[in-house]
Amino acid sequence: MSHSNSSKNTLLEIENLNVTFSSVHGPIQAVRNLSFKMGHEKIAIVGESGSGKSQTGRAILGLSEGNVSADKLIFDGVDLQSLSTRDYREIRGKRISMIMQDPKYSLNPVMTVGKQMIEACRIQMKVSKKEAIKRCMDMLEAVRIRNPQRVFNTYPHEVSGGMGQRIMIAMMLLSSPDLLIADEPTSALDVTVQLQVLAIMDDLVKERGMGLILVSHDLPLVASFCDRILVMYAGQIVEEIEASKLNEAQHPYTRGLLSCLPNNAIKGQPLATLQRQDSWLDEVPNRQEQDKNAQESLV
Amino acid sequence: MIIESQHKSAIELDNLSIHFGSDESLVKAVDQVSFNVPEQQSFGLVGESGSGKSTILRALAGLNQHNDGNMFVEGEALQSKRDKAFYKKVQMVFQDPYASLHPRHTIDKILAEPLAIHGFKDSERRIAQVMEQVALPSKFRFRYPHQLSGGQRQRVAIARALILEPKILLLDEPTSALDVSIQAEILNLLNRLREELSLTYLLVSHDLAVVSYMCEQVAVMQHGKLVELLQVNSKGETHAKHPYTIQLNLASKGYDRKVIEEFIDHE
Ligand SMILES: Nc1ncnc2c1ncn2[C@@H]1O[C@H](COP(=O)(O)OP(=O)(O)OP(=O)(O)O)[C@@H](O)[C@H]1O
Ligand SMILES: Nc1ncnc2c1ncn2[C@@H]1O[C@H](COP(=O)(O)OP(=O)(O)OP(=O)(O)O)[C@@H](O)[C@H]1O
Ligand SMILES: [Mg+2]
Ligand SMILES: [Mg+2]
Repeated sequence: MSHSNSSKNTLLEIENLNVTFSSVHGPIQAVRNLSFKMGHEKIAIVGESGSGKSQTGRAILGLSEGNVSADKLIFDGVDLQSLSTRDYREIRGKRISMIMQDPKYSLNPVMTVGKQMIEACRIQMKVSKKEAIKRCMDMLEAVRIRNPQRVFNTYPHEVSGGMGQRIMIAMMLLSSPDLLIADEPTSALDVTVQLQVLAIMDDLVKERGMGLILVSHDLPLVASFCDRILVMYAGQIVEEIEASKLNEAQHPYTRGLLSCLPNNAIKGQPLATLQRQDSWLDEVPNRQEQDKNAQESLV
Repeated sequence: MIIESQHKSAIELDNLSIHFGSDESLVKAVDQVSFNVPEQQSFGLVGESGSGKSTILRALAGLNQHNDGNMFVEGEALQSKRDKAFYKKVQMVFQDPYASLHPRHTIDKILAEPLAIHGFKDSERRIAQVMEQVALPSKFRFRYPHQLSGGQRQRVAIARALILEPKILLLDEPTSALDVSIQAEILNLLNRLREELSLTYLLVSHDLAVVSYMCEQVAVMQHGKLVELLQVNSKGETHAKHPYTIQLNLASKGYDRKVIEEFIDHE
């Protein structure tokens, strides 16, 4: 495992996180015994649909609708599980931000984009309205919105999919958080804007020491952008790998995901699909073993 | 005498323009766009965010008015109102699976509704079949959209479009919310159905690998205009000449800070 200097001090530490939902068919385990540590770096969480990526993010933020438990859930020395509702709210938005997977859904449909942004900005930063407007405009420009003034006065249904996503990103970056959880933040953007938006996040990591958890389905993209990749399957981390070495991944699930990509496919022939195996779930080493393995890989 | 060309058009756009707002806030969302989708072809639409791709699909589906130009489906000019028969022929999968599924309807109800509107009797069989086609386990049938993950919801949206067995599918980013394994299943499914049912696709995607794999032609859009029409050869290659398309191709190779610094905003 490679860590840059700035990533050495721990920003977030999770040990044995579990998220369950009760249902008529019995409990649904959305996240099981998930553990990882991160510093001021760019972590990717990948994995198939329903593997628990969003629920992991929501649990960190204290926003999961399920039953959350963990042996450790510590953010920058703060035990998140011991926070009062009020203190959690204080941390959320200011120090930890999350760009939700469903951008337009998170915006208020009957309020203009500008009004919502100003409101969010003033709550988070206690600045004057004039200052808030300026910051919002600057941030919209930073995420490559072509005509911020026009977008400011539109309602959410009047912006395109990718514009909606960028508005959410702009809003979450207003307060310059210490940890940003970005859930599929660029999945609706064209590839050039996608890279430009990632470059903004990259700057925040490099210049301000922000930690970034990027949830994504785009394996080639995270391999080129992030430092480390956590691969999730059925609520568990089944493999952790240095991003630039994704192509050398060992776990059959990760290898399976890579083989599904259309990038190297032959036109007219079906794409490879994933043959899931029950044994993948039992293979997951517990935290102690993972640490031991990590230790060994350092020598 | 008019000799009909061998490939009839499933969709034809002739100088289509769609504007929103007025004066300073005027947006030429679609600006004099023309193209032709032959029957049984898969036609890709790529381009800048906000360049008018969804607006074109929505206009075809009768959800947007257009200002100028004409649209034809199977040779017939579209009138401003679409009838029931039109929606048996043309269905759309929306970009945003969250907004397009009724939050208080179960998956079963979401899928049963179009069947009821069109008077199908065997809804039980069709729902089970379509859920299998999109790889949704039957245990999801009586869940609500918010109890599903993002990808699971998008499969519901695709199932709803397929359930009426339309001839033309308008697909707005159908797999961008899906993981690569489900994406592979859905793309294989779409290819198989196209072959089996002789379907025509108009497919919006920002993933160039998906478009080259799926489509025979690709239109590249920017600022509401069609800037380049590309043929995709059997190896999945295109020969782009327009600088914006070339930039898109570069960007799809992954994150590279040097490349990004050299991007030009083609304003
Ligand atoms: N409110 C809920 N009630 C019951 N089950 C839920 C609820 N929310 C999520 N789940 C289940 O928890 C599991 C994990 O969901 P999660 O949203 O974290 O998936 P994901 O990895 O983000 O998937 P995607 O890539 O499709 O967004 C899924 O099986 C999902 O159906
Ligand atoms: N109902 C509306 N009212 C006002 N403007 C609109 C409306 N619908 C779309 N627009 C504008 O039209 C333009 C094109 O939007 P469209 O949704 O077609 O883009 P797109 O190419 O699909 O982009 P994306 O890839 O981001 O989804 C955008 O500038 C958008 O703000
Ligand atoms: Mg998710
Ligand atoms: Mg769109």
